[in-house]
Amino acid sequence: MELDTLTQSIGEWLKGTGPESDIVMSSRVRLARNLAHYPFVSRANEQEKTEIEKFLKDRIATVPVGKSLEYIDVGHLEEVDRQFLVERQLISREHADAQGARGVAIDGLEQVSLMVNEEDHLRIQCMHSGLDLKGAWEQINTVDEQIEKVVPYAFHPRWGYLTACPTNVGTGIRVSVMLHLPALVMTRQIEKVFRSLHKIQLAVRGLYGEGSQAMGDFYQISNQTTLGKNEEELIEQVGDVVPVLIDYERRAREFLIRESQQNVHDQVSRAFGILRTAQTISAEETMQLLSRVRMGVLLGLIGDVKISDINVLLVRTQPAHLQKLRGEELDTADRNIERARYLRQHFESSGGTTRSQIN
Amino acid sequence: MKCQKCEKAATFHITELEKGSVRELHLCEDHARAYLNQSEAAGGEPGEKEGGKSVGEILSNPLGVGQTADELALLDQKSCPHCEITFFEFRNQGRLGCPHDYVCFEKELEPLIANIHGSTEHTGRRPSRSPEGTEWITRVIGMRREIKDAISREDYERAKDLRDSIREIEDRAIGGGGKRFGIDAAPGTVPSSSSPVSNTDDISPT
Repeated sequence: MELDTLTQSIGEWLKGTGPESDIVMSSRVRLARNLAHYPFVSRANEQEKTEIEKFLKDRIATVPVGKSLEYIDVGHLEEVDRQFLVERQLISREHADAQGARGVAIDGLEQVSLMVNEEDHLRIQCMHSGLDLKGAWEQINTVDEQIEKVVPYAFHPRWGYLTACPTNVGTGIRVSVMLHLPALVMTRQIEKVFRSLHKIQLAVRGLYGEGSQAMGDFYQISNQTTLGKNEEELIEQVGDVVPVLIDYERRAREFLIRESQQNVHDQVSRAFGILRTAQTISAEETMQLLSRVRMGVLLGLIGDVKISDINVLLVRTQPAHLQKLRGEELDTADRNIERARYLRQHFESSGGTTRSQIN
Repeated sequence: MKCQKCEKAATFHITELEKGSVRELHLCEDHARAYLNQSEAAGGEPGEKEGGKSVGEILSNPLGVGQTADELALLDQKSCPHCEITFFEFRNQGRLGCPHDYVCFEKELEPLIANIHGSTEHTGRRPSRSPEGTEWITRVIGMRREIKDAISREDYERAKDLRDSIREIEDRAIGGGGKRFGIDAAPGTVPSSSSPVSNTDDISPT
């Protein structure tokens, strides 16, 4: 697959469509699977890893998955290209940084990705825009059933699907939703929300998964346990809490408009101003400001900017995307200049105004 | 071994996995409890990973009370016949070596898994073609290693036998078995449909 063609598209989770997409960026389901006839990846030698990769690559190719599936040899990619796939959420950071034979198969719509030789031999992921866990589950389950016909999955009648880490054993499923919760952050309620989520066995992480900082008020909520409950119950466990969080965030947004509209309007306008005029800007600051502007648009404080545009900017201002778009490698300082240039250019051509007054 | 914080015997041996680094703690029951409570109060931060609690944290849970350092040392030496990982290596890395570990370390893993998931029984979906499990296939992991040993001993006869056995098991697991494996496997690996093997359970261990 030509990664450059991906640069021009935007990827499923940034489409900004689907139910509740003002708050729910994307819904994701992933399954961890292993072959019964090979050691787990961390215990496999180079030859075994190569055999595992070839075996799975060949089998995956026979499976009908959505729109054409393409295989990328991650082990032979340049660092910037691996980083690009991470920013796109098509592979994990661990997969990008790992050693040895490994790869990923991606469907044309960027909904399904199959990582080979990550922590487990096979990690299937399905991502849908907005709140659509059920749709993502149905799609991934179909893919999994197809693969199961041609691959001997390691399975034990008592323990279920066997995984390298006991924290994933059983269903091997991780269900997550990515939420944009700026108002809960601004009203300082976010910590309280997270503490209650931990109590009901849900994990909260930042935008780029395990160990990542929550940047720009984006958070992933996912199940912690994978054994004992079946797939539907685990999906429900995450799915049930999402409407509650949406409701909290909406109420916090209403509260902000009611109680401190001027202050909020000032904050989002300043954020927008910086994005349109800065001469050099870091990825972190960009994300933080885009998050504010995104809320400003949703609250009607900023006009003529589309939510999908902001979503696109969120990913295209990431380091690897910026370099791919520019067509050359740039160091941090040059990236910050290029990022500011890209943002100014984008807003000049697409317009966007801060409203002086709202009703 | 003495507790790192007092003069009592260390009965808890905690391995913390934190972003690539491993930290070992040897504590008496009181200090272990205090340590674990403190990490819980901090939101379970130390060693927290995708699944929540760290393996080390759980391995030191009160279900293990009564295990002396000697007993633990003995347990640490136990190893998987197929992938040869020792329980000690697993405790250190937090990753198992092969699917058979769930069988050979079943007793040791049970409290750990109960602690992580609050359950020890899979109730989700099962692979339609092997709901009874694929344990019988895992033998080839050890056999592949044995081939290397045989070749280094220049016992090519044995190596050839092993290779044939592996191929036979793999054919049944991957390509063969007729109706169980609905889709044809890669060309050349599919045994003819006259293969007498219809039930995968009939393979006796070597």
